[in-house]
Amino acid sequence: MAGLTKSDFANPVINWIDTRLPIFTMMQKEYGVFPTPKNFNYFWNFGALAMVSLAIMVLTGIFLAMDYQPNTALAFNSVQHIMRDVNYGWLIRYVHQNGASMFFIVTYIHIFRGAYYGSYKSPRELLWILGVVILLLMMATAFMGYVLPWGQMSYWGATVIINLFSAFPLVGQKIVTLLWGGFSVDNPTLNRFFALHYLLPFVLIGVIFLHIAALHITGSNNPLGIDVKSPQDTLPFHPYYTIKDSVGICVFLIVFAILVFFAPNFLGDPNNFIPANPLQTPADIVPEWYFLPYYAILRSVPNKLLGVCMMFGSLLVLFVMPWLDTSPVRSARFRPIYRQLIWLWVAAVVLLGVCGAHKPEGIWVILSRIGTLYYFLHMLVILPVLGKLERPLPLPESISHPVTGGRGGGGGPLPSGATAKPMEKA
Amino acid sequence: MMRPLGFLLARTCAAGVIAAGVVFAALPASRAVAQESPMPHENWSFERPFGAFDPAALQRGFQVYSQVCSNCHSMEQLHYRDLSGIGLNASEIKAIAAGVTVPQGTDDQGNPKEGPATPANQFRSPFPNEKAARAANNGALPPDLSLIVNAREGGPNYIYGILTGFADAPSGFKMQDGMYYNKMFAGHQIAMPPPLQDGTVTFTEGAGNSLGQEAHDVVSFLYWAANPEMVERKQIGVRVVLFLVFMTGLTYAVKRKVWSDVH
Repeated sequence: MAGLTKSDFANPVINWIDTRLPIFTMMQKEYGVFPTPKNFNYFWNFGALAMVSLAIMVLTGIFLAMDYQPNTALAFNSVQHIMRDVNYGWLIRYVHQNGASMFFIVTYIHIFRGAYYGSYKSPRELLWILGVVILLLMMATAFMGYVLPWGQMSYWGATVIINLFSAFPLVGQKIVTLLWGGFSVDNPTLNRFFALHYLLPFVLIGVIFLHIAALHITGSNNPLGIDVKSPQDTLPFHPYYTIKDSVGICVFLIVFAILVFFAPNFLGDPNNFIPANPLQTPADIVPEWYFLPYYAILRSVPNKLLGVCMMFGSLLVLFVMPWLDTSPVRSARFRPIYRQLIWLWVAAVVLLGVCGAHKPEGIWVILSRIGTLYYFLHMLVILPVLGKLERPLPLPESISHPVTGGRGGGGGPLPSGATAKPMEKA
Repeated sequence: MMRPLGFLLARTCAAGVIAAGVVFAALPASRAVAQESPMPHENWSFERPFGAFDPAALQRGFQVYSQVCSNCHSMEQLHYRDLSGIGLNASEIKAIAAGVTVPQGTDDQGNPKEGPATPANQFRSPFPNEKAARAANNGALPPDLSLIVNAREGGPNYIYGILTGFADAPSGFKMQDGMYYNKMFAGHQIAMPPPLQDGTVTFTEGAGNSLGQEAHDVVSFLYWAANPEMVERKQIGVRVVLFLVFMTGLTYAVKRKVWSDVH
């Protein structure tokens, strides 16, 4: 169905372009007037914050790549060259280094938001699945990026993580060789990791585009977890959520700036200030903080293959979360038991993170086993069973009328006069 | 429907802070080094959030490095021109560089050539390669000091602890040949002989030269060497954060105004 678009833009240049390629009309539809539930809380900032993080990472990354040398003999010194000799190189590099942590913080909160308010449930399953793909791509990108400075932890982290793949029968060793590009972590590894570290963010942008496209088909979830029923339930995205997201972005940038300017190496490991040395293993090989929970799951299992499977399983299980959770109620607000248990799940993840930072000895082995067990118990048992057993609180009739009406529940019935006339919006 | 926004914001922030706090709390443990001696807690001007360097201390520290440390330890990441960062002017830097002989490629016959350094040269390394360094040091490799403060858990306090931690081995403690007892060092046996004592270096301007003072100054210098951008970073940081706080207030006010007609 070809043909020019009818554009409503008054500016003749914009109108001319828009008639032939309606990107302005599309933006107006998707980000201008896009009807968005009016009851978002600040948890709904975190998607936008993740976008901002990605943009910052791509921009700083491009400028770093102009001075970085992906060669084992040069990589470490080229990073120091960026830090010392390139104009504001230290700023670009510290923003990129800490930007990875900020990206993971906001993404983890974004995921928690989805889990708490049931954003993964019908009809948003595919949206959620695309989100898990994004998480996996982020993790791969971050892992490869951490190898590039070619410090001790870069080298030994890469050695340990790549070796995990050797646990798989038949194909394992072939995967390892493919990642190495040789007989151990060496120059070819660094080269391909640099190439992939530059490539994957653009793949990420593609998947994020699909994530947002899917979001704009289903529409956003909201803190009540109920569907939008009428135009009274929504507000146009602009200016209401552009400005609300802006508040979140400012606060996010304050935290980011404090990290970059006053404690840029707070989240780093001192070992990565030592150039990679294949002949000397650091006392403790620890991944970056955002990988610690998975690392703890891996080490909580005495069998290597099983440990690797559990580690990947802890992520892959997220793909089927929409079908594991049998409760038809989305928001934890109306699920009195789930509302408590999700915090136990968060506690298990945090506990695993703490365990991942400690040597797997004594109490830490036991604690990481408890954390791992509870993580999978939550996913594989609690989510399916609780949905059947739990008695949800009565849901509100609509977003614009959130008080529970006469269906005999917690809020108590209201006189019929009180339920009328939601506020008109222009 | 008007939500209590302050409450929501507080809750959101609290969640973030708790998550971040727990994660950060986990980190120091991950870097724990086997140390039996407690970490010293020196008062470093540069470790305070807005703290800067003391140029006089940095220059004394550079003197300690030049006269003592540089006999065994390289600082490959530094160039003589970088010394402007410790408050030396161009002619002083030129003079310092000119007093050092460095390799300068080859002459017209293809033989290795040496000559006085210029400000553009890297700091001279004491040994041409790792093997030479090990051969001269009882098999041990003196680490490059450019980033040493950042590369050790405990940072400046740890380096200070090493420099001041030499002592006689307790009776019954079995020392290997050519090793020295150090309270700070993991395992207590370090290949480095005690580099500094009271009065090892004589400072101009009559600054004290106790072991503690020498160690304090050279560690300050090493901290600067590892983080030469620190002062500028913090200065920019103050302005950036103040601007962002202002922007947050402004944005929040606009947000309140935009949302004032929503119920």
